[in-house]
Amino acid sequence: MSADVADDAGCHILHVDMDAFYVSVEIRDRPELSAVPVIVGATGGRGVVLSASYSARTFGVRSAMPVMRARRLCPQAVFLPPRHDLYAAVSKEVMAIFRAVTPQVEPLALDEAFLDVSGALRRVGTPVVIARMIREQVAEQQGITCSVGVANCKFVAKIASVHCKPDGLLVVPSGGVLAFLHPLPVSALWGVGERTGQLLARLGLRTVGDIAHTPAASLQRELGVAHGSHLAALAWGRDERAVVPHAPEKSIGAEETFASDVDDPGLIRRELLRLSQRTARGLRSSGCVARTVVIKLRLANFTTITRSRTLPEPTDVAHKIHETACALYEAAGLDRARLRLVGVRVTGLVPASAAATQLVLGEQPTAWREAERAVDKITRRFGADAVRPAALVPDEHDRQHGQTGSGGRDDGSWSRTDG
Amino acid sequence: MKFQVERDVLAEAVAWTARALPARPALPVLAGMRLQAGEDLTLSSFDYDVSAQASLPVAVEEEGDVLVSGRLLAEITRSLPPRPVEVHTDGARTILTCGSAQFSLLMLPAEDYPALPDMPPAVGTVESDVFAAAVAQVATAAGRDDTLPALTGVRIEIEADTLTLIATDRYRLAVRELRWSPAKPDLSAAVLVPGRALADTARALTAGAEVSIALALPGENGDGMIGFEGGGRRATTRLLGGEFPRYQALLPDQVNATAELPAALLSESVKRVALVAERNTPVRLSFTPGQLLLEAGTGDEAQAAETLEASYEGDDIQIAFNPQYLLDGLTVMDSDTVRISFTAPAKPAVITGKPAADQAPDYRYLLMPIRLGG
Repeated sequence: MSADVADDAGCHILHVDMDAFYVSVEIRDRPELSAVPVIVGATGGRGVVLSASYSARTFGVRSAMPVMRARRLCPQAVFLPPRHDLYAAVSKEVMAIFRAVTPQVEPLALDEAFLDVSGALRRVGTPVVIARMIREQVAEQQGITCSVGVANCKFVAKIASVHCKPDGLLVVPSGGVLAFLHPLPVSALWGVGERTGQLLARLGLRTVGDIAHTPAASLQRELGVAHGSHLAALAWGRDERAVVPHAPEKSIGAEETFASDVDDPGLIRRELLRLSQRTARGLRSSGCVARTVVIKLRLANFTTITRSRTLPEPTDVAHKIHETACALYEAAGLDRARLRLVGVRVTGLVPASAAATQLVLGEQPTAWREAERAVDKITRRFGADAVRPAALVPDEHDRQHGQTGSGGRDDGSWSRTDG
Repeated sequence: MKFQVERDVLAEAVAWTARALPARPALPVLAGMRLQAGEDLTLSSFDYDVSAQASLPVAVEEEGDVLVSGRLLAEITRSLPPRPVEVHTDGARTILTCGSAQFSLLMLPAEDYPALPDMPPAVGTVESDVFAAAVAQVATAAGRDDTLPALTGVRIEIEADTLTLIATDRYRLAVRELRWSPAKPDLSAAVLVPGRALADTARALTAGAEVSIALALPGENGDGMIGFEGGGRRATTRLLGGEFPRYQALLPDQVNATAELPAALLSESVKRVALVAERNTPVRLSFTPGQLLLEAGTGDEAQAAETLEASYEGDDIQIAFNPQYLLDGLTVMDSDTVRISFTAPAKPAVITGKPAADQAPDYRYLLMPIRLGG
């Protein structure tokens, strides 16, 4: 322990990453699962793996892999549908543990965050003491494990936490950054994905050290000025970015991966209606109204497009959200491109009680809102399929092609992130 | 061409004519202002939708017809010292001299300048200051959103000796009735005039006592046009198309509560309280017998409250408005006392002046409230 403490001088950045977060939360609630491989992912035909236990990973299962493929690789695994509300709640508790240490917390996702602990050193102790304390508190209070990377800058801290997973702690001393970085493969650097990796391999650059010892001008020529100088800086352990504390923006939304790619604008508008309804229902049940509507369109080739529009007045009405989503979809000018996934999300949430709506002359202000609230009441009593817009009643065509089936798809995959 | 003119007379006429200069001319010559010196001096500008022409008496030594940059001429005349102005041509340039200041302006090809539209037939006259005030009262409620072009207009309804002006942006609606002198006693027509152009024109036509209104209804000759003429100035504007809301149905047919209070005190109080109302947030008005409570700001933001004495008849009511919309209506009220009538908290309030006994108010400003909370 004393060796650690001696080494952590100047290492004021912590990267804390939950280990297999969704799976860990599920196993915590059902301890009998700890003995088997566990995979969380949408159980529909084309869902992807959101989280895999480490035992499942030994079979080659990875995040973002299609669930179908994961089933082939690891048929004995237990597959669970995601419970986003639960994960959001646990995440909130975990972030609260971080914020008790320092207000300088920059969440990257539900399950990871950067902390700048330089202000807490005098009060709590050295970075390693703080990292141990956080790991203990997360384990005791939430029953899950996390890994912490400690370094003098963000990206080294992040690589360190990846390196010590699961349930680990790794300090990269300020004097040892290059010794730590240079043997790593180039893919360890932020900004090196598959394509850049191939490009670098063609240049004979396989390790971070190879990049570090390539003239910056050559990198810039091959990768572009910005990307080239970015990689050169990272390879020498230079990362000036500060930890920017922010509360993750509250948003509510839903998305759907089609059973097979869809190019029919009518079907897409109908899916947008279903997602808008789910989103509006989520808004109303949380007592919020939202100012901005965002749509996400993923093409068959995985290109993802997002478009957003801010409304003159915040809303919790599916009719309005759908109207905006359709306008955004049409403005995206996809011209019958085949879509793999569509999503609807609303941001800029404010409590409905604080929201004000400018009424319009000659319009019944409450018609849609009242109608949708009445539907909320009915579905609470009689289930989600009791009432729905006529456009969402499956017709013969749907039954034959199975493109907009109901049932299992309405299992609450709208999610709310709430730091 | 050569003429002399008083600086103020020229500056005012040039400024008035410059209103119709297009910001982004469709043709280069449309950036020009045409100066025609004959018996008088005539200044013209035109951008196909609107035209403006001013005639002013000047001492013409030599007749002529030139086209110079309108924007530049307007800036120059506005900045001249208070001395007589002489304008003459010298080859390809127009020289403007005022005191010891001299400007040499390039000339645009006057022969390429399009002919201004003919003035349509006159249909009647109205007192210029009454008309300007009425247009200002109504144009404040016109829409600014060019995606709803019909709502950017002011509807003018002509029925015998009554003109009715109406504008709405869907959140408020202003209606003004006024008397005029039609050329034919049984004239009946309704047109939609671009609101901003109408407001500019009406405000600028108060030099003469009367404004003559000229009208070409939409038909085979195109979109239709309205013209205004008075005090040596004339302007034409192309009419708007599109469907204007059936506003009569929007006027409440019953009143459940009425408040009366001094207009100036109310506007000042709204302005004060609204200082804490951030964008889109309302001022809240609570009427009880004898008193109006104004409030703005909520929860963890800054808040303001003020009470005013007010005569009030009806059940207590709480209602919230966009403060700017409320002020827009109060500012153009032509009465020391305003009357606000309510039907219900989610129905439009009607703001009027206090009319003389058993007379209907000639100006009504309908304002939709803001609904608070969920």
